Parts: sequence; structure tokens; C-alpha cells
Amino acid sequence: MAIIHIDGKSYEVKEGKNLLETCLSLGLDLPYFCWHPALGSVGACRQCAVKSFKDEKDTKGKLIMSCMEPVKDQLRISVSDKEAAAFREQVIGWLMTNHPHDCAVCDEGGSCHLQDMTVMTGHSYRNYHFSKRTYKNQYLGPFLNHEMNRCIQCYRCVRFYKDFAGGKDLDVFAAHNHVYFGRYKEGTLESEFSGNLAEVCPTGVFTDKTLKQHYTRKWDMTYAPSICQGCGLGCNIIAGERYGSLRQISSRYNGAVNGYFLCDRGRYGYEFVNSERRIREVAIRGLMDHAIDPGAALQYLQDKLPPGRTIGIGSPRASLESNFVLQQLVGEDNFYLGMSDAEHDLATLALKILKNGPVRTPSMQEAATADAVLILGEDLLNTAPMMALSVRQAVRKQPLQDAMNTTHVPAWQDAAVREAMQDKHGPFYILHIQPTGLDEIATRTYHTAPDNITRIGFAVSQLLGAPVAAVKDLSEEEQQLAQAIADALLAAERPLIIAGYGCGCEGTMREAANISWALQQKGKAAMLVLTTPECNSLGLEMLGSHRLETAVNAVLDGDIDTVIILENDLYRRLDRHIADQFFQHCKEVVLLDHLYNATAEKATVLLPAGTFAESDGTLVNNEGRAQRFFQVFAGSGVVQESWRWLLQLGAATNNARLKNLVYLDDVTQALARSAAIFAGIDHLTPPADFRIAGQKIPREPHRYSGRTAMLANVNVSEPKPPEDADTALSFTMEGYRGEPPSSMIPFFWWPGWNSVQSINKFQTEVGCSLHDGDSGKRLIEPKANGQAPYFSYSPDNFVPLAGHLMLVPLYHIFGSEELSVHTPAVAERMPAPYILLNPEDAQRYQVVESHQLQLSVNGHPYTFTVKTDARLHKGMAGIPVGLPGIDVVGVPVLAKL
Amino acid sequence: MFSLLRSMWLVFLHMFHKRETYQYPEERAPLPARWRGRIALTRDPDGGERCVGCYLCAAACPVDCISLQATEDEHGRRYPEFFRINFSRCIFCGFCEEACPTYAIQLLPDFEMAEYNRQNLVYEKENLLINSEGKYPGYNYYRVAGMAIDGKAKGEAEHEEPPVDIKSLLP
Repeated sequence: MAIIHIDGKSYEVKEGKNLLETCLSLGLDLPYFCWHPALGSVGACRQCAVKSFKDEKDTKGKLIMSCMEPVKDQLRISVSDKEAAAFREQVIGWLMTNHPHDCAVCDEGGSCHLQDMTVMTGHSYRNYHFSKRTYKNQYLGPFLNHEMNRCIQCYRCVRFYKDFAGGKDLDVFAAHNHVYFGRYKEGTLESEFSGNLAEVCPTGVFTDKTLKQHYTRKWDMTYAPSICQGCGLGCNIIAGERYGSLRQISSRYNGAVNGYFLCDRGRYGYEFVNSERRIREVAIRGLMDHAIDPGAALQYLQDKLPPGRTIGIGSPRASLESNFVLQQLVGEDNFYLGMSDAEHDLATLALKILKNGPVRTPSMQEAATADAVLILGEDLLNTAPMMALSVRQAVRKQPLQDAMNTTHVPAWQDAAVREAMQDKHGPFYILHIQPTGLDEIATRTYHTAPDNITRIGFAVSQLLGAPVAAVKDLSEEEQQLAQAIADALLAAERPLIIAGYGCGCEGTMREAANISWALQQKGKAAMLVLTTPECNSLGLEMLGSHRLETAVNAVLDGDIDTVIILENDLYRRLDRHIADQFFQHCKEVVLLDHLYNATAEKATVLLPAGTFAESDGTLVNNEGRAQRFFQVFAGSGVVQESWRWLLQLGAATNNARLKNLVYLDDVTQALARSAAIFAGIDHLTPPADFRIAGQKIPREPHRYSGRTAMLANVNVSEPKPPEDADTALSFTMEGYRGEPPSSMIPFFWWPGWNSVQSINKFQTEVGCSLHDGDSGKRLIEPKANGQAPYFSYSPDNFVPLAGHLMLVPLYHIFGSEELSVHTPAVAERMPAPYILLNPEDAQRYQVVESHQLQLSVNGHPYTFTVKTDARLHKGMAGIPVGLPGIDVVGVPVLAKL
Repeated sequence: MFSLLRSMWLVFLHMFHKRETYQYPEERAPLPARWRGRIALTRDPDGGERCVGCYLCAAACPVDCISLQATEDEHGRRYPEFFRINFSRCIFCGFCEEACPTYAIQLLPDFEMAEYNRQNLVYEKENLLINSEGKYPGYNYYRVAGMAIDGKAKGEAEHEEPPVDIKSLLP
């Protein structure tokens, strides 16, 4: 610790950080542009100038850039010094010379860092009377809008896009006062993290294009803290609503999970909430002629749910609460997890490994601190994109440490350490079925069949001393690779092993576990990440129950009359033909869902369920972290949370297990009591009766406008605003205006800080956790001192079967996920359905690129358009699973030609 | 007794004074140009809608009686998709006019807005938009803003240089 003196006051602060960070952590207001907590300092904008004094007697002092100054003991500075303040005002005056007269038509207005900093420095009159520089804009794809005139040349965009996220196609061009930030030519930004530019850019050069379709200012939205539904990582998001439609998703800082950023699927995949395919009314097949009110539907269902002949099918994309209430409604024996067999196996294995193994599964921010990474059969950029961003940071760790040791420069000196590091990367190995977007920074990549990846993983674990038998018939190349990986992992302090659902193969997960356990026994602080396909896959598995195929058998045997399906499209889980048969044998199919899909086509009763934006609930991410998401707005008409529908159904049928459950807290408490693993899940967020100074926490900013006019076209007498009986958040702008608990911050705003940069006011220290800890609770901790339950099965070498192709899954960040494809912008980025073949296989089956190939899977014919890639193993074929138009389910599977 | 007679006398004298009472509605009071009455949305000198849907009027409104939705035409010009003022709530404070960066929303010297039915006090854009520049003739926001719209490309606004040729190496 060091003592520093700021404006005559002494503070005890951490040594080694930079002065700007320290001042912000102390709660002082100091303007900045080029510095970003995740990107470090470059000292380019000259905005954070303060005065530094030699000692007590020094009255003259000198101006320094606080972001470039390391904190030392007995440092004397002045922030409010007249000369420093005048300097900062001058600098912003210069930055503003070419800034256009655009705020009224700029999407950043109201959440603009440049506006905030201009006000903060006191610059209010333009001294520049000449003409302004202009630029031509570029089309940057469906996600981002470009308005280059507004640029203040802080370089944050390229530093994030290129240096932090590894993008290639955004750069800075031209020279002197003409520098231009854009692509070398117009076109879609390729990075999976491009949407963050809208938050990173301190002004309106890059703005959210989907927000622009229904533009609303920051102060006009109703916000709630939420959790991303796009993949299994559970990134924290803020969702904003206006006029009954969801308008924007932005990143909600969580120091353990996603930090400052989000991937583009998470940021833009929200528009299914506003989709025209939404189920908004209760429907009963055969009663088409009149609208059915919920009471009538519940009455209709009252005698349609005979105990013992009713089953419930849960969903990995529904909240724990909804799944739990369904389980209680139908009884544990009649509850089935709505996952395909392959998904079920993988989820069961993942939970088993995490629960029984001695190795800790890290959060994303912990994963970023690893110093060696091994990925087994996972295309992270497409299956768990934000984890790929963490891996990028982890791969920098070793060369960064070397650079810091040799040049004696702290890590936040971004430009200096990057210069010293050059293109060096730490040890990073990827074994996958095809090339991935991270290959360029990998030490070595190897593309082969899933079984072969497992075998190499097995060999590595054996080399690391795991008590398993040696793998037979490994090729020399594979042996060398295994040795290289083992050596690299042994040389590291904090090795990170990643596997998951990416190639649909249990083997890779087992070997990842074996390797991490062996490393742990060697005294390494090993970490193991297992990805999960959907936002609540692990939570559903924790709830635990029977397999979906058991449900199918029970229905086909005629033992079942009624099936209640919770937020699930069974056509994505079961083979089309089996699903058809399944529905034929059901008397009643009750579906609670929000989008009209193939399953809704078969349902006899449709109950309109709320999406994540209209529901409260809890999700468990791949790390086993339970996180609560809050309702953003009250659903229109009869739309309500699935768990509330099911509770009402329980009340209508006098279900004893659901007695006395009405509100969210009742359900979470019952859930917490139901199993040891869910202990404490009712304390994730403060309860519904939580108040600060007797008040609820408002979802709307204090500048929220139009309350007395927005519904006046319907009726000039304003309706009573909806009330939230489930949580301590209110749907209005009335309530406590201070800082809410970290788990329920609806939006980040602070006096003088309207932009997203206000986050630093909510953190204990810049870039660290939020004031009362990062939200979420880890439900699984590793078994300390436990025996590692090593897996000893190793598959045989993959041998192509004549006349057959092994279909393996390929994932796409835009397209593979069920809900996000309903955003037009995401659908635009989606690839067309295809099958990927090795050119030799293509030649053998006499097809070329873009030809049609007919295959038979489980005796049913499917036709695909061919693509070829020589890096795919012979005898295999890649299928973009989940993509609309691809209805092969249960990959990996053997297909006959 | 005296004061009574004095009052009667003064009242009598008033019969010969100039009348202050206007015989409304036959006779109308002259209202000053900056009188804060009926709210209207005005147009540019070239006839385009001045409102760009920036939401500042709505934010400034102390009774929150303005609500709108911004949208954009195919050439990038912004306009309100709907613009609604609930005059049953409006207090005619004029903050909206002060907040407006484009002189679009203006309070005009007219107060005859009474209705028998309260619902009729809800004005939509078609009720608010007038075919005039109002009190500020000549001002055209897009002539000074940096955004390109139909008929004004980048660099064609007032005090703007032509767009930078980023391939040029000249200083």
C-alpha cells in the first residue's frame, strides 16, 4: 500500500496501478477518453492531465497524464489545480473542433462519454470558427452503424477490435488529421465481438444498428438486470424496453462472468421477443371461433391432467423455476428433461465431472488468467464466444509476463507491452474436427475425428501421470503432439483445459477432465471448462430426471394421455419422424412457449409464456453459477411466466405439492429446500419485500419521459402502472435513487456519468467486483482432497466406414441457436444450410461444391448442399446443427449414402 | 356617508373610461408573438418536417405529456413516426420549445383548445404539424448537422469541408 496526496488529502491506495485508475477508484471525477479499464493506457488523448508536485514545498508542479503515471508512495498531485483544469478544457475544445452539430440525431446522445466529459471539463463555448472536417461513412453490416464525422481519434475501437478481440478487418487508415477508422473497404465486420464497439466508442461513431430500427434514448427505457439466453455461459445483460417491445441489450458488468463485454449473438439476438411469431393468446385446438380467456383454459385442462397419465417435458432454455414447478406439477417420476439423447449424455457427464472431480471450473474472468490453454474438440468462437475472448487474454499471459520482466513496464502500459510482446503467444493447443477462429494464435492445431482427439487427450493424460493405460496405435505425429502438449501444460502454473458439447463427443470431456486432474495432482492450479449448449442445460441436469426417449417410449406404449411441454421445440430434440409419431399418440399436448414453432403446430392447448424479458427466473451457467434474471416489462395481454401458468394449473387441479406457492420467492424457496445442490438459490437476490429507505428499486431512470402520453391514444385517463409482486424492482420511475444491490442493478447511471462508463462508480476498484460482490452463486465447488475418478476408456482409431459418413456437428454463432435467429440482423449473418465434406469423399461420392448430396440417417432421406474442406477428416461430414433448414437431430450419427 | 358617495361617484365616472374588457369571442385580445399557447410542429424552409425525433422535448417536459417514436427515411433523415401530446396534462411551460435543438416544436399565441371530450385533447402528429416555419423562419437543422440526408451529401452543410480523401498523402 502507498500513501498518496491528492489536493491536500491523503489516501491509502494500491501501488503499481496507474493514477487515473486510482483516482476513479477513489471516486474522484477525472475525464478520460483513450483509457479503458479492460484495454489499459496509451496516453493518447491528453485528457486526464493532473498536476504533480515534487514535495510539500513545490508549489509550481508540472502537468502529467494520470493514465501514464504509476502510483508511488508519497505522490503529490492536484486534480482541481487551475492550470490542470484549464488544460483539460483546452484539450476537449480541440477534440470538439471537428465534432459535428449532431447530438439531436445521434444515437449516442444521452449515453455519450464525450458529452459527459465535455460537461465535466466545463468546455461550453466553441472558439473554433472555421469549417469542419467530414468523412464518408461505410456500411459495416447489420449490427453497427458508422458515422465517422463524430470521431475524436481516441483509438479505442481498433485497440478493442484488433488488440483485445483479435479482429482483422477494422483498422486505422490515412495520416495526420485525416485518420480514419473503418474497414479497408465497405462490408460486414467479421468479428464475433463487433457489437462492443458501440459501448467502447466514447462517442457516436459506432452505434447499435438494431437499436436504430426502434430508436429510444437511454433515459426512456425500462430496464432490468437479465442473463443472456444465447449460450451456456450466462453473460450478464441489461435489457431495455419501450412501448411494449424490447429495444436494446447492453452488457451488465459482472467482474467474474463477462466483465465489460458481450458477443454479438448475445447483444443482437433479442428480437425474438418482438417477433410476429410470438404466441400471445391462449389457444385450444377445435375452439377457434372465440378468444379463450386464461380461466377458461385452466378449467378446460382441469380434468385433462390425470395423475400418472400426465407427463411433463422440461427445457434447457427455460428457467429453473419453470422446470421445477412443472416437475412438481406432474410429479418427479413423470418429469422428463427435454434434451436430446446426445445433449443429455453430455450434460450428465459434465455435471458428474464438475461435482466429483477435484478441479475447479473457472469463471470467464478467472479463465482469462490461465497461462496455458488446451482445447479439446471445441470451436469456442461459435459454441461459447465470450470464453474465446477469455482464451485470447489467457494466451497473452506468458509473453506479457516476459515483457514485464524484461522491460519493467506494468501491464496497463498497453502500447509498451504490446510492442515488447510483438506477436508472441503463450502455449495454446487446439484439437478440433475443423479449423476454428482461434487457430491463428494457437501454438499448434490438429484437425481430426472426435475419437482421435479423445485418443490424443488420453495420451496426454497418461504422459501427465494419470493412472490410465497407454493408448495403442497412436501415429508418430500424434505421439509428438501429445508430448508437446504435456510438456507445455507441465511448464505452466495455471493450465486451462477446455472441452464441451462442441463435437458432440463424451470422450473429449472425459479426457479434458483426466488431464486437468492429472495436472492438479502434479501441483498445478489447473482449471477445467466444460461448455454447455443452452442457457440452463446444467441447471436442468441438476434438477435431474428421466431421459426424453423414455417419455417417447411411454407415450408410444399408450401409457400417457397428456403431455405438458415447457418452452421446448421437440423437433429440435427428436428425429422428425419419431416426434411425429410421439404427437400422434398423445391425446392432449399442452405447450407453454413464446414462439410459434413445429411443436406448437401439434399442440392441442397453447399457453402464451413470457420470454426472458417478461419473466423472472434463475439460470445455471456452465460454471454452475446460478444467476437471476428479472422481468423487464409486464407481458402484453395474457402472456405470463411459464412457472405462473403451471402454478395456476396446479391450483386448478388442487395439486398438493404446489400448495401455497404463488410468488417467485415461494418457488425459489421450495426449490432451495428440494435438493442440497440448490441450497441458497433463494438468496441470489434480495427478496420481494426488500426495500431501501422504504422504497423499491425503479426500473426506469429518473428522466423517463412520456408517462402521461404514451398510452393516451388508447385512453386519456392513464392506467395504473403494473405492479411487481415478485421482486423488489418497480416498473415505474419512482423509488430509491441510490445504488442498488449488485445483483439487481437495472442500469448504470451516476450523476455526471450518463454513459456506460459510469460502471466505475459501482465497482470497489476499477475493473474489480461490484460494490457488494459480483452477483450469482456457484452451486458446485470442486471436491478438495478428493480422489480423481479417472476415466479409463479410450476409443479406437477412427476408421471411415465404406458407404457411410460420420456426421459431426458444426456450430455457428449466428444460426445454431434457436431463438437468436429471429432477429433479422442475425438471420442476415446466418450461413445457408450445407454439408461439409473432405474433397476426397466428395470425389468418391461424385459431388462437387454446391451439388446436392442425398444421405440416409436412421433410414430417412435428407438432402444437403455440399461444401468441401480438405482439413476435415476423411469419412466424416460436418453438419451445421440447429441451423434453420437442418433437421438432422442427434449428431454425431452415422449416415448411409 | 362621504365615502359611500365618493365610491358611487367613481363608479359613475368609469362609465366614461376606455373599456378594458374584451367582448370575447366577438373581439379578440392581441397576443404577443412569444405567448405560450398551442403547441405545433413546424417545417423547414424547404418544407420538410423539422422534428428529428431527438426526444429532448419529452425529457424536458415536467408533466411527461409528450411521447414520440423516432424513425428514419431511406436517406437517413430522421422524423417522428408518431408524436403525441396529451394537452389535458400540458401546462404550457414552454420547456419543450427551449429544449428543441431544431426549432421544430413551438408554442404559438393561440389558446382556443377547449374540448367537451377529454380524449380529444390528445393530439397526434397530424394535429400538431403545421405548414409553416413558425417563429423562426430560415432555420434548417440539417444545413448545420453533419449527417448526410437526401439532397445534402457529406461536406455540403454550412461550415463543412468536402469529405477527406483518406488515400491522399498530402499534408
